[in-house]
Amino acid sequence: MKAPLSWILEHVDVPAGTTTEHLTDRLTLTGLKLEAVVSPGRDITGPLVIGRVLTMEPEPQKNGKTINWCTVDVGDANGTGEPQGIVCGAHNFEPGDLVATVLPGGVLPGGFEIGARKTYGHLSAGMICSARELGLGDDHDGIIVLPPDAGQPGDDVRPVLGLDEETIELEINPDRAYALSIRGIAREVLVSVDGASDFRDPADRQTPAANDQGHPVVVEDAEGCPVFVARTVTGFDPTARTPDHIVQRITASGMRPISLAVDVTNYVMLETGRPIHGYDADKVQGPLVVRRARDGERLTTLDGTERNLDPADLVVADDSGIIGLGGVMGGETTEMSGTTTSILVEAAHWDAVSMYRTGRRHKITSEAGRRNERGVDPTICEAAADRVVELLVEHGGGRAEPGVTVVGAPPATPVVEVPGDLAARVSGMDISEERSIECLRAVGCEVSVDGSGSGTLSVTPPPWRPDLTDAQDFSEEVIRLVGYDKVPSVLPTPPSGRGLTRPQQLRRRIGRTLAGDGFVEVVSFPFVGTSDLDDLGLPEDDPRRDLLRLSNPLSAEAPFMTTTLLPGVLRTAGKNVGHGNTDLAIFETGTVTFPRHAGPAAILPVDRRPTDEEFAALDAALPAQPLHLALVAAGDAVAGGWWGAPRPVGWADAVEAVRSVAASLGLELTVTSAELAPWHPGRCAELSVDGEVVGHAGEVHPTVCQAFGLPKRTVAAEVDLDLLIAHAVHLRPAPTFSSYPVAKEDVALVVDTSVPAADVESALREGAGELLESIRLFDVYTGDQVGEGRKSLAYALRFRAPDRTLKEGEAAAARDAAVAVAVERTGAVQRA
Amino acid sequence: MSGPNTDYDPVEVTPLKAEQVDEMREAALAAIAAAGDLESLKQVRIDHTGDRSPLALANREIGALPPQARKDAGQRIGQARGAVNQALAARQAVLEAEHEERMLVEEAVDVTLPTTRGRRGGRHPITLQSELIADLFVAMGYEVSEGPVVEAEWLNFDALNLGPDHPARSMQDTFWTEPAEDHVVLRTQTSPVQARTMLTRKPPIYVVCPGRVFRTDEYDATHSPMFHQVEGLVVDEGITMAHLKGTLDHFASQLFGDGIATRFRPSYFPFTEPSAEVDVLCFVCRNVDPASCRTCRGEGWIEWGGCGVVNPRVLVACGVDPSVYSGFAFGMGIDRSFMFRHDLEDLRPLFEGDVRFSSAFGTEI
Ligand SMILES: [Zn+2]
Repeated sequence: MKAPLSWILEHVDVPAGTTTEHLTDRLTLTGLKLEAVVSPGRDITGPLVIGRVLTMEPEPQKNGKTINWCTVDVGDANGTGEPQGIVCGAHNFEPGDLVATVLPGGVLPGGFEIGARKTYGHLSAGMICSARELGLGDDHDGIIVLPPDAGQPGDDVRPVLGLDEETIELEINPDRAYALSIRGIAREVLVSVDGASDFRDPADRQTPAANDQGHPVVVEDAEGCPVFVARTVTGFDPTARTPDHIVQRITASGMRPISLAVDVTNYVMLETGRPIHGYDADKVQGPLVVRRARDGERLTTLDGTERNLDPADLVVADDSGIIGLGGVMGGETTEMSGTTTSILVEAAHWDAVSMYRTGRRHKITSEAGRRNERGVDPTICEAAADRVVELLVEHGGGRAEPGVTVVGAPPATPVVEVPGDLAARVSGMDISEERSIECLRAVGCEVSVDGSGSGTLSVTPPPWRPDLTDAQDFSEEVIRLVGYDKVPSVLPTPPSGRGLTRPQQLRRRIGRTLAGDGFVEVVSFPFVGTSDLDDLGLPEDDPRRDLLRLSNPLSAEAPFMTTTLLPGVLRTAGKNVGHGNTDLAIFETGTVTFPRHAGPAAILPVDRRPTDEEFAALDAALPAQPLHLALVAAGDAVAGGWWGAPRPVGWADAVEAVRSVAASLGLELTVTSAELAPWHPGRCAELSVDGEVVGHAGEVHPTVCQAFGLPKRTVAAEVDLDLLIAHAVHLRPAPTFSSYPVAKEDVALVVDTSVPAADVESALREGAGELLESIRLFDVYTGDQVGEGRKSLAYALRFRAPDRTLKEGEAAAARDAAVAVAVERTGAVQRA
Repeated sequence: MSGPNTDYDPVEVTPLKAEQVDEMREAALAAIAAAGDLESLKQVRIDHTGDRSPLALANREIGALPPQARKDAGQRIGQARGAVNQALAARQAVLEAEHEERMLVEEAVDVTLPTTRGRRGGRHPITLQSELIADLFVAMGYEVSEGPVVEAEWLNFDALNLGPDHPARSMQDTFWTEPAEDHVVLRTQTSPVQARTMLTRKPPIYVVCPGRVFRTDEYDATHSPMFHQVEGLVVDEGITMAHLKGTLDHFASQLFGDGIATRFRPSYFPFTEPSAEVDVLCFVCRNVDPASCRTCRGEGWIEWGGCGVVNPRVLVACGVDPSVYSGFAFGMGIDRSFMFRHDLEDLRPLFEGDVRFSSAFGTEI
């Protein structure tokens, strides 16, 4: 809310010498946060003075325009006292008029520097200003003609035009709708600035009594519209101009001046907080009827939009049909125009929830709607209407018709029982009951204390505070006036905590392991489109294509919550490569979303705890959201240098990275070969723990590399960390090992290239028996010596007994047994 | 070589004259002294102490001597051999030391050569910031609560006193999922985790909930559709705003430095009543002559987050008896805290994934 300071101070007194800074500091500390202090002239520097036009010579130009060559008396402001020669394109003035004149050296809003310049054959030394040029509004039809008593030529024009007038911009929280008005802000000044006094309520005025002479109004929905006041002004001069001070104030408040009739309704809304609607009375046919819309009804609103109305919309209708969305926006057919001479003024109180819903439904945001949906004082409809009528008559020369229609009455405000010590208990401050009562009365509450000594206050909130409904709401009012800055700082004493949970610890460990292995963590948005999944090469029936769709995605290209982190990390890797970070290893952890299609998550009641069943059903309705890890590496794993050649990243790096993660959890992965997009079909490892598949790793399919702008041979992995962590070994028994000598045996086996090394190894392990301590594949050979389609696997076996030295030949026998199983299982041939 | 001296034969004793033994010794000692390296010393050792060396041959003659002469000659030759061996050992030690020294000199390398062969990893600064904050609270006895990011509308809004027509709902630009009648949203705050915590455990509750949240903000230097929040919740008997203030002051001093306190301003959040905005004293200028301070933009204070006393309506919806328990809650942006703590003006590098950004922070901050 932007509020001119002078307007606020018209309604409340502050001690002499109160600075704007002090006043706004106090407002901030009691809940109206200062956003900015602005004045219209803040961007204007240099000489801007009153000038008296001495002469003006119209000079038609070739381009069809006529300019005026003027001489202007600017007193001594130009240093010479001689008249100033100025070219002016406007014609709305005559010699003798006082005008706002900026002299060379001045700077106008927008950084527009004024100099003496040759134009239209003259040396124009300055400029005669329009309202728009001074940032005072949009009026550019002519220059500003000052009132004859504005001052002497050469006087500073800023005070005359209110250019120094400060406007404070306050952030208004939704619970303080009353502060969306000068009335409300002045009241806050009264309670927050020390020594402030004499609040003069703009809504406190004598209004004529209701009678049956006014425009007939029927309210069919009293719940939606508890109060409806109608007044009429006739004989209004539609050409009457809005007085400058009103234009300045509504402009400073952030609204656009339109016409006197509209400006006056806006002015009164800003002043009192009560939105007002004006109809062209001659276009209204018959009584006004307030009701809900009917199915199929339509209305073209003031903004020219034709709207299909909803049966929940509150509307105002006349004999012609619907003429307005009550409290939100008027209709086109009864709009006030440049020929309107009779005005029907409506000041009505509307149900806030209906206003909110209609606003959302029709996507209308307006100053009126903003106030109506947050709650307006229902008791000031008559006063606000009367104020509008007064201003219309005063400035538009009309006549206030004697008819005053008032339908309904403000709803009663319920009394709330508030414990007298609540503010003290909530704040931890020493606030007496007396102090609480004092604060509550200051904000407009009526407080009564029953004599029973129960310590309970009966509090009636003021009508402009519909937000005060619960006892605790009142404690905030007390505490903010006592001062949030007075709240002491006391540390509570929690019970002994249990620290991080095990999964929380393990997740950190995984991150550290990957960082230790040279991977850099990245964070991506979880939004994807089907094209991302196409880029991954996922087949049509891939379960990762069952996606949760967002109703209102930021980008139509990525309207889904992702089921895989791979598009994000591959995209990020591609960007890095594009930035020249070509030797790259990145990882990301985050949840992915698999819809369960389990039906709605119920909207449960809030006046009680949901039952365990209700709560469980809520969770069951949500998508599965496992925590995933994805990683990508490309370029060189080991850089080249004086130590030797670089080692490029390969499929094994992806598998090893996940193995390393698993090892940090005390787990060993089982690797089998698999075919899964987006991996290279011959270079994809399926990773499992205890028979459960936890993820995949390997080389990325060349087509996918290309789609993501990555070099060939880029590798990647994706793992379900929730699954992995669930398998993590918690309490591991300490190892024991033999100190008897080791016996080493090497063996080379030739198998078909299609036989997985893991199968050969497990056969050897099984055959070798208990004496086998370890087995290591130290060479893989393909080539002429083993023949086409065959490979040689060379293993180093170590044998040791826990309790004795092995006898001669014992290790060799175990080796032979191992080979025998491998031969049988894998068709291996021992190489000589 | 002579045969065994079975008969007394004076001719045979000539080689055992004292002068001759002395000569042998002197010749050996001279050769030892002249040996310039371990290799030539090895040869000297063979020449002067080996089986065929003069002293060894002389020694063998002792047996041929008459019994009285044997002792004398044995002594002389023994002394000579002892002196030679000693000299050899001494020379060996000297030459070995010299050799070692020379090797060390020869083996010198340029240790300024680059040594980094693999890539250096790093964790994301937001992860690190989240963990750091969690640790500060865990140290106080809090636990870390978690919940899903795709969340039930009821938990994200209704349970937190944001009814379907609450104007505050429009302040939060929510991502909704399809179908709309499923009432599922991307959580707009980490507060649903607080509701979940109250629904699943009994007071006293002292938890923090760091996590990702979503709003329909267009992505720019200061807005992101996804960002990170940390919220705290305490529910216990007799909890007041003073406890909230004390906790946030402590939090601020731990995160930003000794003496950095907070300031409360009245605000509005449906979840809390009373509610406050939290400002933290600028840790750069400490509100001393802030006019030129970039960090707080001349304010002396930095807007940090929101907080308040848990609204009794929320306690009721979450099954906590407000006549017994009260609580406080607070929430801060982790990204925002990181940004002003580390002088980052544009938040986008946090989500762009350029490895040069995360790498700069290593594995702890
Ligand atoms: Zn500062």
